[in-house]
Amino acid sequence: MIEYTIAMVMVGSSLVGCISGALGGFAVLRKQSLLGDSISHAALPGIAIAFLITLTKNPVLLMAGAMIAGWISTLLVMAIVKRTIVKEDAALGMILSVFFGFGLVLLTIIQRLPTSNKSGLNHYLFGSAATLLASDIKLMAVLSVITVIGLLLFWKEFKILSFDSDYAISLGYNVNHIELILTFLTVTAIVIGLQTVGVILMSAMIIAPASAARQWTNRLGVMIALSALFGAISGLIGATISSQVDRLPTGPTIVLVMSAFVAISMVFAPAHGLIWKRNRRS
Amino acid sequence: MNPQIEIMIIASIVSTACVLPGVFLVLRKVALMSDAISHSILMGIVVMFFIVGNLHSPLLMIGAVATGIATVAITESLIQSRRLKEDAAIGLVFPVFFSIGVILISRYAGNIHLDQDAVLLGELAFAPFNRVILFNRDFGPLALWTMGGILITNATLIGVFYKELKLSTFDKALATTLGFSPVIIYYGLMTMVSITAVGAFDAVGSILVVALMITPPSTAYLLTDRLSRMLGLSVIFGIASSITGYGMATLLDASIAGSIATMTGVFFLIALFFSPKQGFAIVYFRAKRQQVDFAIKMLLVQLLAHEDRADAFEMTVKHMVQHMDWDSRFADKIAQSAVLKGFVLRDRTRLTLTPLGREMAREALIR
Repeated sequence: MIEYTIAMVMVGSSLVGCISGALGGFAVLRKQSLLGDSISHAALPGIAIAFLITLTKNPVLLMAGAMIAGWISTLLVMAIVKRTIVKEDAALGMILSVFFGFGLVLLTIIQRLPTSNKSGLNHYLFGSAATLLASDIKLMAVLSVITVIGLLLFWKEFKILSFDSDYAISLGYNVNHIELILTFLTVTAIVIGLQTVGVILMSAMIIAPASAARQWTNRLGVMIALSALFGAISGLIGATISSQVDRLPTGPTIVLVMSAFVAISMVFAPAHGLIWKRNRRS
Repeated sequence: MNPQIEIMIIASIVSTACVLPGVFLVLRKVALMSDAISHSILMGIVVMFFIVGNLHSPLLMIGAVATGIATVAITESLIQSRRLKEDAAIGLVFPVFFSIGVILISRYAGNIHLDQDAVLLGELAFAPFNRVILFNRDFGPLALWTMGGILITNATLIGVFYKELKLSTFDKALATTLGFSPVIIYYGLMTMVSITAVGAFDAVGSILVVALMITPPSTAYLLTDRLSRMLGLSVIFGIASSITGYGMATLLDASIAGSIATMTGVFFLIALFFSPKQGFAIVYFRAKRQQVDFAIKMLLVQLLAHEDRADAFEMTVKHMVQHMDWDSRFADKIAQSAVLKGFVLRDRTRLTLTPLGREMAREALIR
């Protein structure tokens, strides 16, 4: 019989892996994987402001704050790239570090507040899967279902946007709207994972499963499914290992398991794998 | 010297040391490598700490710099393998190193003063307490000496190889044909970034390193397209952010590194709106003014064309509303500013051209 907290951690981690894997697929295909890094760092001030306004650690409100901040950060990156000479890499790096820095300012202010329930916000920095409660898991599950429904509903639009956005325009799709919807779902996926993995390593959750899945297939549907599967399995394995070994943080362990998936896939995947390429050559 | 002034001096030196290589990162579109390197070095520091057993050994620096360069090399080889796109490769390598670093710290380094918070967030407020004392004399804070040394090295290297760096940044192909190896220049720059990040991490934390390497150069980039001016402006914005950031931190009693990072963003935001060339507000007002100028010209030309029939309906603002499909409030505003500029006389609803207005209308027609 698995202990209650460990079961919570395992369910939570595989849920996070699954959703970020699925949405990460599009981010990687659209060469926007680092947007995830920027969004997750930018969520920190959102969480802090939500706490400062309400002075409660209600997870719904904190997640709402994170989503709003993540959303604003994405719009800012898009505006800077579209309207100025500053390129995407610099825009992402600025938003990431400035929002995070501002988040730190707010966190230090919160730490000096006389209220009693402020501890725990620091968990969002490095993640703290061990403190996941059933209520947190429920909220994560609800958001995951919404994300998956959104993904299935706009599947065709996301597909055409990822591979040929000019064609999408010529077919009369409003590419900007599709992009906004996809970004919204990505922000949601990232926010779901923040409490478990933390803002710093969340980008790996978006990139790694999708990069592993990409090695095995050229079909979008298969890739997204594989990516979600890899994410879920790494979440489960990582959470299990870290629960069995003393003082092994969950987030970094999951990231290492995921990266092992990427390494194995890069070497052994039939269509792209390095090992097959070498055999073909000889 | 009192500690407040020392902190501001250290922060200004750190910011200058960071923006110098940062300008080239931004121009070469590899700004996010600073993010990757500054996270990866955590593992190098931790691993070397376990080997050496001393937190203040220079070997820690060497290990950390080596990890930074390894991050760049592994990322590059992943891109070269063509299995991964550039963005995914950057985003995959550093989390692995960072995760290993965090795991090592939480498993084995529970008791010593080495925690992930300090590496990431830094604590500038403590910098003045760690002093260099030789022969019973106080030579000031250690961070001042290490970062000062790094600043001088960065400035000297950029000064000596200015031409090479400039050419290989703006015209890679020409630089290669002239015999400058782009690989050596790229790795040289990345080594500089790694050393700066390692030196700065314990004073200011890696997030501020990223903020300082990317944001002041991007702010300068909005204001100029000359490399030398961009370097100079970046230094100014870096120092200005350090000092105002420290002020903000004291005022709010909050994280110094976080406040400085926030101030770099505030300066960028100001430039984003008010840069003379591409500021959002400036562009908006310029477009508005052009719209008004053009509308006035249209009005003058219209009046000129109908001048013979002096009391015709064509000479009224109302007609402009119909004819040009203008909003009536806009038409009124245009007529008013034409009057103000002395192009038009207004007699209740009727408009007549002044000699100056007539001249302007003819000029507009010719052009």
